[in-house]
Amino acid sequence: MSALHTRIWQEDPEPGNPFAARAAHCHGYDVYGEMLGRAGWADMLFLLFRGEAPWPEQAELLEMLAVALANAGPRNDAVHAAMAAAAGGAPAAAALIAALSVGAGRHDGARDVFDAMTDWAGCGFDLAAWQQRLGNTAPARLDLWPDSGRAPGFDPHGRGTAGIVVQALDSLAALAQAERLRWLARHRAELEAAAGLPLAMSGVAAAALADLGFSPAQGEMLFLLLRLPGAAAHALEQRERGFKQFPFPAVELAEAAA
Amino acid sequence: MNGPELLAGHAGVFRTRVGACWPGTRAVFRGQDLHRDLTGIGWMDLFLLGITGRRFTANALRLLDGMWALTAYPDTRLWNNRVAALAASARSLPSLGLAAGIAASDARVFGGGPAFFSIDFFLRAGERRRAGDDVETLVAAELAERRRILGYGRPMSSTDERLPPLLALAAREGLADGEHLRLALDVEQALLRRQPFLKLNYAGATAALAADLGLSARQYQLYNVFKTMAGMPPCVVEAAEKPEGALMPVPCANVVYEGHSRRSWPERRSTRHS
Repeated sequence: MSALHTRIWQEDPEPGNPFAARAAHCHGYDVYGEMLGRAGWADMLFLLFRGEAPWPEQAELLEMLAVALANAGPRNDAVHAAMAAAAGGAPAAAALIAALSVGAGRHDGARDVFDAMTDWAGCGFDLAAWQQRLGNTAPARLDLWPDSGRAPGFDPHGRGTAGIVVQALDSLAALAQAERLRWLARHRAELEAAAGLPLAMSGVAAAALADLGFSPAQGEMLFLLLRLPGAAAHALEQRERGFKQFPFPAVELAEAAA
Repeated sequence: MNGPELLAGHAGVFRTRVGACWPGTRAVFRGQDLHRDLTGIGWMDLFLLGITGRRFTANALRLLDGMWALTAYPDTRLWNNRVAALAASARSLPSLGLAAGIAASDARVFGGGPAFFSIDFFLRAGERRRAGDDVETLVAAELAERRRILGYGRPMSSTDERLPPLLALAAREGLADGEHLRLALDVEQALLRRQPFLKLNYAGATAALAADLGLSARQYQLYNVFKTMAGMPPCVVEAAEKPEGALMPVPCANVVYEGHSRRSWPERRSTRHS
């Protein structure tokens, strides 16, 4: 049997049972012997992905971002999908798979965050580079992920920046670690003009995740994860209410062969 | 129309061309009554009708069916099969295991990724060949732009055992003479002149055949979702028969740690600076 290699996790076996762990270390820290009671959820997330314990400013930013992303609300497509799965009585995991599958996409989803973080990596704090990037949305080539045809991190159906997006940006940008977020807040009008669209929550999340030093791939994964709590709670609520109370819209079928 | 007005135009009522059901009365599938107009339709026929809106000939459907069957390997070690089987080993639900296994098949190194990029290349290259470009020019241009052409070479073996039965099936069904399959074989020769291991593989051959059947890249991406799925149920069944958690148990010693040495959790109350 070939071995699995990891830089993240190390377990000491129980004497007499190589399949049970006596101790577990994450990037060198004793998780159950030392971290429990001293490290918070944001600390653990940061440690897992970055490999280092966060400084207080980093943990503070990740924690505030986690609260901002925890629930996109029942109108959000990913939450809608989780509720639709649960309303019919499907298992808990089906609701979360539904939320992940929909929330993975380019519309208000994790792929949008990935794309926007890629833009951060390419443009940094160069306003002219951003304006050029945001103004050129034609895909270079066909991608597995369907193209959105707009700048990532912006709301395709918005008219003005939504209040909760501005509130999230302002609160996050006030934190010590929020270098990109502050720049985004300062240049929001120019960037929105270049994109021809208002900023979306995914754009705020992308800036925050980049400020925390995450790569686009890490940011994509964390965005998926941090959006799940609300989907789970709404799914449980609709499961309890049942499918008869879950909206089932009227249909207009174009009867000609399609 | 755009902005909130666009969304408002879609709110409250669901407009569709592909179908709907009225429980107790009827179901419409792509403009036809599922129980009256499509009586006796097979699953693959219905699946392709759903994707493309058109009916395929019986020989085309047999080929599309065979393209799935010939690569359905019940080997639990394969990444996507392993996902499905681990769900069974964990005493989860078959639906959850298969859903995750299917999603895991949408990979970059096998399954969905190579298939999608392969048909995209054949469709683009086919168009340019019809416009007059020769194969050598097409291959050189593609390699210059993208460095590789998916659908050729195989990391785990230099030969692809699925090709002879696939090409035999295509020939049997009278579907082995299409322009994209011919193009795929000509591209193989051009690549072999550069690297002897770049033989046409299953992803490339099936993509070329699908292009000859008139599928677009996005249609083929959707068709491909189930391409390896039939290999998963045997893995699920066997995993469920084994003791729980005993599918591929890993002792601590088989996880090789390559990370930071052991250290104490820091009490950080002061402000950092980078």
